[in-house]
Amino acid sequence: MDAAGKTGDAVKDRLAENEAKFVDISGVHKLFGSGKSRYHALAGVDLRIAKGEFVSIIGHSGCGKSTLLNLVAGLYLPTTGSVAVNGKEVTEPGLDRAVVFQSHSLLPWLSVLDNVLVAVDSVYPEKSREFRLEEAKKFVEMVHLTPHMNKKPGQLSGGMKQRVGIARAFAADPQVLLLDEPFGALDALTRGSMQDELTTIWESNRKTVMMITHDVDEAVFLSDRIVLMSNGPAAVIAKVVEVPIPRPRTREALLEDSHYLEIRKELLHYLIGTGHAAAA
Amino acid sequence: MILNTGKPAAPAKGASPVAGKNGHSIINERPKPMMAGLKTVETKMKPKTAPAAKLPPPSEDPERIARARERAQTLIMPILAILFVGLFWELYSSRDGVVLPGPIATIKGSWNLIAHPWFDNGPNDKGLGWQLLSSLARVGIGYSLAAVLGVLLGIIIGKSVMAFKALDPIFQVLRTIPPLAWLPISLATFNKADPSAIFVIFITAIWPIIINTSVGILRIPADYENVAKVYQLRGSRYFFKVMLPSAAPYIFTGLRIAIGMAWLAIVAAEMLTGGVGIGFFIWDSWNSSRMSDIIVSVVYVGLIGLTLDRIVAKIASLFGTRGD
Repeated sequence: MDAAGKTGDAVKDRLAENEAKFVDISGVHKLFGSGKSRYHALAGVDLRIAKGEFVSIIGHSGCGKSTLLNLVAGLYLPTTGSVAVNGKEVTEPGLDRAVVFQSHSLLPWLSVLDNVLVAVDSVYPEKSREFRLEEAKKFVEMVHLTPHMNKKPGQLSGGMKQRVGIARAFAADPQVLLLDEPFGALDALTRGSMQDELTTIWESNRKTVMMITHDVDEAVFLSDRIVLMSNGPAAVIAKVVEVPIPRPRTREALLEDSHYLEIRKELLHYLIGTGHAAAA
Repeated sequence: MILNTGKPAAPAKGASPVAGKNGHSIINERPKPMMAGLKTVETKMKPKTAPAAKLPPPSEDPERIARARERAQTLIMPILAILFVGLFWELYSSRDGVVLPGPIATIKGSWNLIAHPWFDNGPNDKGLGWQLLSSLARVGIGYSLAAVLGVLLGIIIGKSVMAFKALDPIFQVLRTIPPLAWLPISLATFNKADPSAIFVIFITAIWPIIINTSVGILRIPADYENVAKVYQLRGSRYFFKVMLPSAAPYIFTGLRIAIGMAWLAIVAAEMLTGGVGIGFFIWDSWNSSRMSDIIVSVVYVGLIGLTLDRIVAKIASLFGTRGD
């Protein structure tokens, strides 16, 4: 009895530990090139993301934040150190780590539905064509693009394209969602409505998310934690800021929240300070 | 390729008064304010000045007139140019001591050839239609082989660094060899005229196909490669959904250059190999001093070459459309 209870606790502990470091980046260095053109992008990055957590990574351009995301995606491999997701070492890209690319990266010769189907087909290769079509349509509907599902990406606005990118990523049914400056190329108004849409989707479907951004408001509005990176080369994590604002969040409520301005100020102070250092 | 080329339809139409689909979609989205707006305008206006009266009748629509004028110009100008060249040619030919027959003499002298392209008086005396058809058949076989093998080899050297390093220097040398230089080797190998001519077409057409295909494969944008990696597009799905559509514009450029070169080469090759075919027909006409027949044949060669080019370009435009 006693022994069994102990092993049960041990399993639970391990599960809890596993969930606390669902994404586990430890001691990661990343170097590009060799000889004189060698570039030290990341110099010892440690970061743990819990299951269901929304973490933003913010920093000046060239600070290696996209490199970090590509390492989790498996598009790059660390020079030293390790990256693991759900206890499994990352050695190659996979459906369990779906990426929403900054440049939306839709295949321009495929319709909206077919672009989403690309992910669905990979998740359910053994299911019937009808099932996969229905599944893809569900995700097109999730981003409210059903009336446009037969259009080619070239016929869509920037915001719509990025919504297809988001639908495709969710359709892959990933364990971790990687957003690489997903709204960076959009105008301010579209960006706001896309952020609202993303929170709504995320609230109903709490995926673990790692998002790269350089928009402070976006980071505060969406994240549970914000990771500030130092300037490159040899970037490290400079600071981690918790965002204890209750969910579901709305923009109006955010303005009332006492934490909001404080966090915003803290982030801006850091970014402006490092910006001067970088310019000098 | 990565530029925004995908929205040519949207802007221009909205401005024009006869805005077809675009105007409609706006009305569909917000029908009430539009209708309300129209009504208030109508009640304020006198019944005689209906909105339609303000628009010019279709025959006076300036945009339509401009378009008709443009169309007439693209039709009339080439005809004028042809007439001018013909006149110049006729004047030149009518001078003393000029062997070249003028356009009128050409049509008179070769009327039998122009009017009856499908006559057949045995293997040595066939109409121009048959001559062109047998040349086209040779080009068809040689070019098809070159297209299939060229695209395959292009994909291999585009995808494999090893294959590229091994084969590229060889290809760079071989592609500069003039088509006819291959003919003796080809004749020695095949011992027959027909396969030798087909081989010359094949070897002429394959280089631009290989080189353009491999460049197209090498230039698949990193974005698409990343999508393929993350969303696990492999094997045939990668081939048909990423690689082929991405490289298609390059492949078709190669195919289009190749069809032009193949048609250039066939005339020369046939002059040397003989038999039925437009090349040998021209050579034979020269040996029998039938100048007007040569001129008619050359015009046909040009027209067929243009048609072949347009056909490949048309197919390319069906596949090569890509907006981002």
